[in-house]
Amino acid sequence: MEKEHLNVKNLLMYYRTRKGEVRAVDNVSFFLPRGETVAVIGESGCGKSSLARSIIRLLPRNVSIYKGIVLFNGLNLMELDEESFMKKIRWIKITYVPQAALNSLNPVLRIGDQMIEPMILHQKMQKDDALHKAANALRNIGISKEFIKSYPFELSGGMRQRVIIAMSLLTNPELMILDEPTSSLDVLTQANIMNILKNIKKDLKLSMIFITHDVSLSSELADKVAVMYAGQIVEFNDADIIYHEPRHPYSQKLMESVPTLRTDKKLSFIPGSPPSLLSPPEGCRFAERCPYAHERCSRDPPLVYIDKEFYVKCWLYERG
Amino acid sequence: MSTPLLRTERLKKYFEVKRGFIRRSKGYVRAVDGVSLTLNRGEAISIVGESGCGKTTLGKTILRLYEPIGGKIIFNNKDITYLRWKDLKWYRRETGLIQQDPFGALPSFMTTKGILQEPLIINGVKDKKERMEKIYRSLEQVRLTPIEDFIGKYPHMLSGGQQQRLVIARSIILEPKLIIADEPVSMLDASVRVEILKLLQNLQRDYKLSIIYITHDLSTTRYFSEMIYIMYAGHIVEGASTKEILKSPMHPYTKALLNVIPDPDPSNRLKVREVPAGEPPNLLSPPSGCRFNPRCINIIKGVCDSKEPPMFEVDKDHYVKCWLYDHT
Ligand SMILES: Nc1ncnc2c1ncn2[C@@H]1O[C@H](COP(=O)(O)OP(=O)(O)OP(=O)(O)O)[C@@H](O)[C@H]1O
Ligand SMILES: Nc1ncnc2c1ncn2[C@@H]1O[C@H](COP(=O)(O)OP(=O)(O)OP(=O)(O)O)[C@@H](O)[C@H]1O
Ligand code: SF4
Ligand SMILES: [Mg+2]
Ligand SMILES: [Mg+2]
Repeated sequence: MEKEHLNVKNLLMYYRTRKGEVRAVDNVSFFLPRGETVAVIGESGCGKSSLARSIIRLLPRNVSIYKGIVLFNGLNLMELDEESFMKKIRWIKITYVPQAALNSLNPVLRIGDQMIEPMILHQKMQKDDALHKAANALRNIGISKEFIKSYPFELSGGMRQRVIIAMSLLTNPELMILDEPTSSLDVLTQANIMNILKNIKKDLKLSMIFITHDVSLSSELADKVAVMYAGQIVEFNDADIIYHEPRHPYSQKLMESVPTLRTDKKLSFIPGSPPSLLSPPEGCRFAERCPYAHERCSRDPPLVYIDKEFYVKCWLYERG
Repeated sequence: MSTPLLRTERLKKYFEVKRGFIRRSKGYVRAVDGVSLTLNRGEAISIVGESGCGKTTLGKTILRLYEPIGGKIIFNNKDITYLRWKDLKWYRRETGLIQQDPFGALPSFMTTKGILQEPLIINGVKDKKERMEKIYRSLEQVRLTPIEDFIGKYPHMLSGGQQQRLVIARSIILEPKLIIADEPVSMLDASVRVEILKLLQNLQRDYKLSIIYITHDLSTTRYFSEMIYIMYAGHIVEGASTKEILKSPMHPYTKALLNVIPDPDPSNRLKVREVPAGEPPNLLSPPSGCRFNPRCINIIKGVCDSKEPPMFEVDKDHYVKCWLYDHT
């Protein structure tokens, strides 16, 4: 089992609201070998960010249930208390670029000062060493060190996002969680950031969780793909397979809705909308929209392992 | 050949920027700077470009929601560039806008019925029965059915895709000839995106609607429009049929765009893509010559950085604003 860098088993995270419990992460399992990237794809509200927050354990107050197993280097993080998690894991071994992080830089602090603060605070570095390290980190992402003295508003969106990525790497983490890192950026800027992430992945042998709603973009980084639908992973598969032969009916429909630039293809869409996470159906959550739904689908489908590692949560693949 | 529904000739719109205590003019944002394009009846064209290149400004200037400062807008053979507000009523009826940002587009305190009724009342449809007929017809056209389920709902009770269909219903309720759809799907999920684009396409075919589709997403245009215009920093830099642009892009900027847009393909992760250095210019002081010249790998020094290239017709109906294609 140790060969997996990260192994998430039966993770559950619900929010408490006035209308009831939101089952945002509902029994989710996947794994990630060291140095690889898993892309988590799925439509808005399916629970991608909630999954990220559950792994790095940055949870809002209204969480009602949070349980399962998160093995990181073989260690179950769920058994760590908050203090050791903070000291050893969060921002240190596991780092996180949250959705809409672009606006998260402090507008009145110079870039350099924001970068060195955590190093001085957490790693007890000297200021000069920290500044030196910050300049290096900026150079690695193609920003000249003069910008250390700039304020965030003096940088373009793409530069700010690059700074945020550089900042998250300052502690030499092993696992990086990226939540929609390019979603408000232009295509050329986006391509630039993807190039940087590809280099980081290669040079630093970093494992990554790459969250995006953009299926085409996910293939820029993914070695493995987890397709999420209504709080659950419905297919976990190898990148080499899933883009050409998705197995779960939802993955298939999702791929059919993705426009392509270079090949002709008949686009189709999925009528209807996903179920509410307040009271999702007991059976397969996609059943209402699934062209192959049959009577078994009114019961919760099992995870059917296609081979040792990959699975589909769908009755169609369950023999007998 | 019949005359086009819409033609712009060297259309210009600048915004004055004022600064400081006495509000002295600091200059002009040259957001739309000499744009010429043609839209035939019943046709859909796309305007594609990155954030801030002037797409929304172009759309709103065509609709006379912004006052042009130069050039011409010819609609149905009529020059409407400088018609006064009160002489433009008919033009407002014959054109419609689907605004960028659907979430701010619908008033939260009105029901579906109220939202659709408003433009009818403003445009003097006095008969209540006629108004209801039009409301029902437009809801059917955008397939917000069964109508009874939707007519009394407020926007927050609708999904993102349903809200966008309501926005479309409102824009077609006066039966316009031209719709400008400004990023109509960019806030929506992939599967809903396709649904809305197909809906617009059906309206275009069934009702001979002409559509200008504004987007930053080149990959959807292929399924939607016959012509693509690529916009960069206030200029149209290339225009051709969708097939042509995708098969043989000519402008260095178009090539760069096509080069970085991924299709879903696992081999992408092994490629590093070539991206032009730098960023689009500030439109207060765009570079002289070709506006793409500081980022262009094919730049002809002494030409591209000093003289603005004209539109060259390189092929039938394929136009490129780039000195590389000057074969005179
Ligand atoms: N703090 C919270 N309290 C209650 N419900 C929440 C909270 N945060 C998120 N949710 C709900 O949990 C569900 C999953 O949300 P999440 O943000 O994880 O989705 P997502 O897949 O990241 O969506 P997007 O693509 O739009 O970012 C949604 O229904 C959302 O409304
Ligand atoms: N009312 C205004 N006053 C001053 N400048 C403006 C105004 N509206 C737009 N601009 C400027 O004009 C340029 C073009 O803006 P526009 O909104 O047309 O771009 P766009 O291509 O629609 O961008 P996006 O893809 O982000 O919607 C930008 O530099 C913008 O800042
Ligand atoms: S005109 Fe010159 S600078 Fe502009 S795109 Fe063409 S080659 Fe590049
Ligand atoms: Mg999210
Ligand atoms: Mg715009």
